Amino acid sequence: MLFGRVHGTAVCTIKYSGTESLRLLIVQPLNKALEPVGRLQVAVDVVEAGVGDLCVMVRSREAALAMPDETFVPIDLALVGIVDELIVRPHGDFDYTLKPGVTRFS
Amino acid sequence: MILAKVVGTVVTTMSHPHYNNQKLLVVQPLVLGGDRADGDFIAIDKAQAGVGDTVLINREGNGARQVLNNPDACIISVIVGIVDMVNLTC
Repeated sequence: MLFGRVHGTAVCTIKYSGTESLRLLIVQPLNKALEPVGRLQVAVDVVEAGVGDLCVMVRSREAALAMPDETFVPIDLALVGIVDELIVRPHGDFDYTLKPGVTRFS
Repeated sequence: MILAKVVGTVVTTMSHPHYNNQKLLVVQPLVLGGDRADGDFIAIDKAQAGVGDTVLINREGNGARQVLNNPDACIISVIVGIVDMVNLTC
């Protein structure tokens, strides 16, 4: 799953059958520092997110499974949560490199 | 599955029913020396991991659905273990 900021809405009158009742939102995927990653995308909203909300999104088959009723629809990005609180340690706090040899973590 | 470091926590009150009372953690995949550490994402915690732990994450929907015991769960990444030791011989 990943972060996304809602930037706007999209309306499609002619859509694939089964997706008529789904709300489309324009979202910008973000990383942990809330910096944009990649380009704007369209996600289906199932948690009543509004413009400006920071959300948790899910991709691929699991996005279709998040749909309220019909889950066999061509959807590949869904908003599944609205972030209320986000606590992330600064990037430099940890060492992310795997070193040769034995490394003990606990 | 991948190795990653838990770097943060996410709290969502409004979320999809499958995410109710699940702990969401922000994780940063570990990389070999010289590579840039990016591609962080969010995972559901099923191993009581905390910030600073090095964990094992399953990033495939079927595995997540088995771990969560819910055949329709819309969840991809699940933390399935806390790593104690890594021995890298290459």
